[in-house]
Amino acid sequence: MSVLWEHAELGDEVASGSFDITRDHLVRYAGASGDFNPIHYRDDVAQQVGLDGVLAHGMLTMGLALSPVLSWLGDSGTVRSYQVRFTKPVYVPAQGSTTLTSTATLTRKDDEPSGDITLTLTVKGEIGQSVLGKALVVVAPR
Amino acid sequence: MSVNPELVDVVFEPLEVYRVGREKVREFAAAVGASEPQHFDVELARGRGFGDIVAPPTFPIVVQEKTLRQLLSHEASGIDFSRVVHGDQRFEYSRPVVAGDDLIATLRVTKVQSLGGHSMVTAESVMTTPEGDHIVTAVSTLVVRGDEAPE
Repeated sequence: MSVLWEHAELGDEVASGSFDITRDHLVRYAGASGDFNPIHYRDDVAQQVGLDGVLAHGMLTMGLALSPVLSWLGDSGTVRSYQVRFTKPVYVPAQGSTTLTSTATLTRKDDEPSGDITLTLTVKGEIGQSVLGKALVVVAPR
Repeated sequence: MSVNPELVDVVFEPLEVYRVGREKVREFAAAVGASEPQHFDVELARGRGFGDIVAPPTFPIVVQEKTLRQLLSHEASGIDFSRVVHGDQRFEYSRPVVAGDDLIATLRVTKVQSLGGHSMVTAESVMTTPEGDHIVTAVSTLVVRGDEAPE
């Protein structure tokens, strides 16, 4: 059975996407995930703990960053592992939005029998700052 | 106060069964931009061999956070919740979570370290079926900022 990445070479950018994150997204993620830490919706609380303002949930960033990969795969059931390091906060203004971009690069192809591939995600905020490090997705062929 | 190093290898009581709800999966998928039909369309997901709609890969954090609350509220942990920052996150799957799954989550502390005035605690939540079959392990590293740590 042929697989999606049969013709993909190491170093190829296989998927990418960008997201305009608003406060509305943060509220929806809070409800969906159950993470109601007020630093994700109240400027005064965020500032009290030394932040510049309200920031996106790290797990929202982690989830959004994967979505171009899921669209490329069409089937999240083949994801064997997914990991990230949270390196910089993603601040989200009260009005308007901030932009997040995620690009997935093929960085490893395992030989048979596993045939797994590893994608490295490059995830950047609005001014090009890297917000996730060591962002790796391992995918099994199907 | 730093994180109590004696927490390493502490295993917490498994949580009550978490039943993965279909509407919760849809709500979570929409919130993280997972727009593929297998997260929303029951018939399509079943046609692909899944028991029901498929939860996005980061969905197990919903359950893991419940287990992490056991750690953060543990009286001997020495963790000040207001100083906690999420450092790293990893998921390792035996299969995807699907709606209707009953998850049993058990938290174990795997590492406690000090680094430049900060403490780091790594804890893994192993999620299985009630029969004990592994579904996913979620691993979080939390950074606890120290009192006198340089900004």
